Amino acid sequence: MRNFWSILAAYLAAWAIFFVYSATVGRRLARLEDEFRRLRERVSKD
Amino acid sequence: MGPAGDGQRQQIDGTVQEMEMTTKSKQRVWGLAWVATAILLALAGYAIFFVAPRELTMGNIQRIFYVHVATAWCGFIAFFISFFGCIGYLASRQMEWDWLAVATAEVGLMFTTVVLITGPVWAKPVWGVWWVWDARLTTAFILEMLYIAYLLLRKMVTEPGRRAMISAVFGIFAFLDVPLCYFSIRWWRTLHPAPVIGGGPGSGINPVMWHVFLFGLAGFLALTVILVRDRYRMEALRQKISELAADLEEREESLESKEVTR
Repeated sequence: MRNFWSILAAYLAAWAIFFVYSATVGRRLARLEDEFRRLRERVSKD
Repeated sequence: MGPAGDGQRQQIDGTVQEMEMTTKSKQRVWGLAWVATAILLALAGYAIFFVAPRELTMGNIQRIFYVHVATAWCGFIAFFISFFGCIGYLASRQMEWDWLAVATAEVGLMFTTVVLITGPVWAKPVWGVWWVWDARLTTAFILEMLYIAYLLLRKMVTEPGRRAMISAVFGIFAFLDVPLCYFSIRWWRTLHPAPVIGGGPGSGINPVMWHVFLFGLAGFLALTVILVRDRYRMEALRQKISELAADLEEREESLESKEVTR
């Protein structure tokens, strides 16, 4: 296939960006949920 | 704990119940939405390479069009919603509008980054150069820079109300580049190809290509909705965390002052 490497590079780059961004959002969200739970437990103890 | 403290406790319990509902029932629905989006995008990938016909002039390199144009549209839509979020905040001063504005701006920026990478990869074999400073490419580059500046600006201002106000004003200013970028290939003669969709007489694409494009666009739009929802939830949680932290600090200070009085 002509220009195979260009097509592969474009699609790999696009998928890498989608994957990395989605993973980053998921990780940040999980960290915030943990922090919220930790604070909530501290408030319930008081 | 006094009546005011009871009220705060009830508010926190309400938030906790709301969060538990979200984490149990809603999480399952959004998990399914993630799976459905992944399947949709995988099928779109299959359609792009095995269903869409080979373009006669450019050959297979034209297949980049399906991801390049679809992500550009998703970026424009996200920035458009962000613009409404900015206006909504300035009109109502409700933080929910600010959360919507930042969530859509960040997701829009991610899609614009994909556009700015896939474009030059297509341009090199077709034009012979990676980049030219024509109207479309320049306005797209400025758009990326403006929304990076928008997110950096938010990092620099710590007080939530002030941050929302300044970024809403800047968000409206940044959005002015979106119509410029969108219409640049209609208003000016550029090296960038003329619009094939909605470009007037003589424009248009093969019906199979059009259906494959729409299929891919549906997948990217689903991804936009899911990511914006997660990003919005992050902002909402940040607000709840700062409220809880302030409440805890207040309680600890009052306990300390009681001990000192004794």
